Amino acid sequence: MRDVFIVGAGQTPVGEHWHLGLRDLGAAAIRAALADAGLNAVDALFAGNMLGGAVNGQENLGALLADAAGLLPAEAFKVEAACASGGAAVRMAALSVAAGVHDVAVAVGIEKMTDAVADQLTAGLATASDGDYEASHGLSFVALSALLMRRYMHETGAAREDFAPFAVNAHRNAAANANAMFREPISAEDFAGSPQVAAPIGVLDAAPVCDGAAAVVVCAREALLPSQRAVRIAAAVAATDTIGLAGRADLLTLGAARDSAAKAFAASGFAPQDCDFFEAHDAFTIITALSLEACGFAPRGEALKRAAHGCFARGGCVPLSTCGGLKARGHPVGASGAYQIVEAAAQLRGEAGANQVAGARVALTQSIGGHGSIAVTHLLEA
Amino acid sequence: MPEAMDLPRYHRLTAPYYRLEGRRCRRCGALHFPPRAACGTCRGQETEPYRFSGRGTVFSFAEVAQAPQGFSGPYMVALVELEEGIRVTAQLTDVDPEEVEIGMPVEMVTRRLQEKGPHGYIVYGFKFRPPLARRQAS
Repeated sequence: MRDVFIVGAGQTPVGEHWHLGLRDLGAAAIRAALADAGLNAVDALFAGNMLGGAVNGQENLGALLADAAGLLPAEAFKVEAACASGGAAVRMAALSVAAGVHDVAVAVGIEKMTDAVADQLTAGLATASDGDYEASHGLSFVALSALLMRRYMHETGAAREDFAPFAVNAHRNAAANANAMFREPISAEDFAGSPQVAAPIGVLDAAPVCDGAAAVVVCAREALLPSQRAVRIAAAVAATDTIGLAGRADLLTLGAARDSAAKAFAASGFAPQDCDFFEAHDAFTIITALSLEACGFAPRGEALKRAAHGCFARGGCVPLSTCGGLKARGHPVGASGAYQIVEAAAQLRGEAGANQVAGARVALTQSIGGHGSIAVTHLLEA
Repeated sequence: MPEAMDLPRYHRLTAPYYRLEGRRCRRCGALHFPPRAACGTCRGQETEPYRFSGRGTVFSFAEVAQAPQGFSGPYMVALVELEEGIRVTAQLTDVDPEEVEIGMPVEMVTRRLQEKGPHGYIVYGFKFRPPLARRQAS
């Protein structure tokens, strides 16, 4: 397999883009990534997206976006892995280059959520869960997260307020990210007082509904240009777990997150302590905690204790959500995995501005779909 | 959500929805709910129907305030640990939300899950409630 490098990254701001549709958002991110790479064409396009069919009435996003971005007749497909779609698209682009099939490919994560009204969107998001055994019984995506959080609190003795550091850190970092949706800092008191949407989950536990697209251009070593500032993809790994929460032998171990991270560390030769920062899938604070434990940054049930000591804040042992994360940058579901990698590449190139992690050389990103039924983990190296 | 072909969809789910019927692996004896074509424990492909007792305890729970399309909240949902050792996701019914706690005994009951519009059909399936015998005794 060939080494694969990220040579271009682009994104749209995350927010409510009433005047922009799927084609506009996708083309903007793709063209920004191509401009960053100094390129005008690619061999292939992989579009990570979850809700195009359920919410926007638009599938076949490969052709739609290749057309909109002026990339015809490049090979192009949609890659769908629920909330991990963006990470999965980057994985597939990297795989196509590693395999020697393509020399240059672009992966875009894209989601346009604001075209749906609330109960439509709630039902659309529930398609990531088990349709026959969760969604058909009225389990919303938030409710499934609440089942995880309630059990975590029961087993560890944690209080709701103990999850605050993740949200507070994300909002503080988003304040300096011009592309972030929520640029206002919040306090632990704000977190504790936020209204509950599906108890014990409150508004400030959860990432917002929004639109956005982010893209990366990847290429083989042979295709690198002297003008490009390349970031190596040291590992790209996906793994799966039971589609329903009920099937998990240990509810509080995200098996796909654990297995994909373990394989990524083994393949790259890096260990958790080598990571200068971690872009986690902080769609809900409970998922952040479980992802940290699955990846080896905290023993089972200990993530909140480490967070209380500032371990995951800026300047801590493993800074988290360095540009705001899903929580505050925003979570356009199928795009988030690509945003993580765009932000990690910026950190590794020393371009993260006020959020720069000093001397960052190794980054871990993890994109999780369907409450851990699928996880895509990337290790990147400057 | 597409609904035109929902009728055969829920018809083929009758055994698990009405009788809490899953599968038992003939090779290693592992129990599965929902049914699986191959055993995730031993990867064996010979399975047989297995009807669960419907008795269990609440393993975790939550309240759905903002209901998905086709449902009207608020209602309680739970992960129920069946006495056979496996878990099922379901709504709780006939219960005061304030009384629900982890470890609470529950039993399966057949109830209305969804109504497909005012003139459409009704999807029935399992929910869980505090055991009738226990409530009558108290």
